[in-house]
Amino acid sequence: MVKFNDIQLQEFNRLVNRYPEGKQKSALLPVLHLAQDSFGGWLSSETMDYVAELLHIEPIEVYEVATFYSMYNLKPVGKYLFEVCQTGPCMLNGSDSIIDYIKEKLNIKAGETTADGMFTLKTVECLGACGYAPMMQMGKTYREHLTKEKVDAIIDECRRNAAVNN
Amino acid sequence: MGRKLLLEKAHVENIRLYDVYRREGGYRSVEKALKTMAPDAVTEEVKKSGLRGRGGAGFPAGMKWSFLAKPEGIPRYLVVNADESEPGTFKDRYLMEFLPHLLIEGMIVSSFALGSNNSYIYIRGEYAWIVDILEQAIQEARNNGWLGKNILGSGFDCEIHVQRGAGAYICGEETALLESLEGKRGNPRIKPPFPAIKGVWGCPTVVNNVETIAAVVPIINEGGEEYAKIGVGKSTGTKLISACGNINKPGVYEIDMTISVEDFIYSDEWCGGIPKGKKLKACIPGGSSVPILPANLLLKTAKGETRMMNYESLADGGFATGSMMGSGGFIVLDEDQCVVRNTYSLARFYRHESCGQCSPCREGTGWMEKILWSLETGKGKMSDIDLLWDIQRKIEGNTICPLGDAAAWPVAAAIRHFRDEFEWHITNASEAQTRNFGLAHYADEIHVPATV
Repeated sequence: MVKFNDIQLQEFNRLVNRYPEGKQKSALLPVLHLAQDSFGGWLSSETMDYVAELLHIEPIEVYEVATFYSMYNLKPVGKYLFEVCQTGPCMLNGSDSIIDYIKEKLNIKAGETTADGMFTLKTVECLGACGYAPMMQMGKTYREHLTKEKVDAIIDECRRNAAVNN
Repeated sequence: MGRKLLLEKAHVENIRLYDVYRREGGYRSVEKALKTMAPDAVTEEVKKSGLRGRGGAGFPAGMKWSFLAKPEGIPRYLVVNADESEPGTFKDRYLMEFLPHLLIEGMIVSSFALGSNNSYIYIRGEYAWIVDILEQAIQEARNNGWLGKNILGSGFDCEIHVQRGAGAYICGEETALLESLEGKRGNPRIKPPFPAIKGVWGCPTVVNNVETIAAVVPIINEGGEEYAKIGVGKSTGTKLISACGNINKPGVYEIDMTISVEDFIYSDEWCGGIPKGKKLKACIPGGSSVPILPANLLLKTAKGETRMMNYESLADGGFATGSMMGSGGFIVLDEDQCVVRNTYSLARFYRHESCGQCSPCREGTGWMEKILWSLETGKGKMSDIDLLWDIQRKIEGNTICPLGDAAAWPVAAAIRHFRDEFEWHITNASEAQTRNFGLAHYADEIHVPATV
């Protein structure tokens, strides 16, 4: 069963209290981020129903928002999510070949997760890092000025971190 | 070397920290406004400054503020638009990442002018680490008495909250942003009523871009008239330009709008020229939505005048031969780039970001993407070019919000100026799969007819 722990509930209350009386629905986007981070990096229908209950809104109000915004994952993702920008300025600086390289190296297509559950590749549209292209988002950080060598290093780094954490 | 009003202190070590920012003269504008000025006097200075909204539309900020309804007993809100998502634009990110206190200082003064006791920063969800930077800066400001109750004994209360979006370009449109702030899908609202009358939670609201609000700080410190002396014509003050694409020195530059486009591209002070000595083919000077121009029309107007980096000069010639300052996202294409592929990439972006409310945009952006893909992959027909033209015409002006226009303009401008490159993709379909059209005649001197 999904349920925020005490620390997560504290953050939930902080988020909800930023809005005027009776406007707690406004916290929906930040609360969905909190829920996604808390419950395995994606939003199951159970998670969305729980958020609806906490905010005293109908589940459909959560579903329609979760399906609109691209940062909410509606199915499980790997331990590391590579979101590679493919829009104009990144494309001018070779993002297509970076995406192809990651596909080949991880042996997956865009939108897929490696068999070991370690990596998911997503192609995304402009992330506001056009001057530092090509680039990708990985969790809370941006990895910029990507080259094939840098991609290799990032993948190695992820595997090392995963091994240490296990 | 132009004057810097916003980024002057960006390279001071630890300027992100309150103590350093304050030591460097930070929060003076709050002292001046709250201790010596009435709220309307602050608005008056912003009007005098001629400051134009830095988000893309360029609407005079002071005028926008003066439209704010002030009914008794109903709260008013300032919402800062930090949803920066226009391809080519990354200036607000830079400002917030390195000078978070400048935005907060501008927000306190602006909130005072507008009578907003709870102001919000709506920031795109991907800028997650900047949320932490901003929240830390807000905490520091509160600890030092710049936020909270009765600031500086003025009787003015103010709190600032950061709201994180979740990945939707459309939320940069102000009414979609307000919907999103209310916890809904980012579907733009039909205007009127404008946010100044009915904004967030049905209350009067002003939505301004990050850079616009930051510019309020030097305007109050130096006075609106002094600010208006910088720049040229209706392009007053300084503008942040985020430069990217095929240039040697991509990055964020603050310019005073008196330099030429050619200097901006080739001078070492700014973009530093094009890598490997390649030639300039084209440029999208104000974010992906504004018309792309071939090199010859970019550097000189159709009248043969030097094109300058300001609102008026970039727009000179209208859409026939000019473009727009837009959000300041400056995208350079070198001689090896393919305009068809670039247009396809942008069309895909707009299809992905259309909210789906209006059929011309929802359907049209998808059709444009498909047609451009077939042209790019050598499966196009000559009639496709006219079909593309027809679709973009039928999107433009026929949607609730400007995303439809934003999707139509890049396609229209690409066909207008690079039609022969599109045709070549059809007549030489297999060759187009192995090489690009190249520079062709796009940098050639344009013959200017002598006027009588």
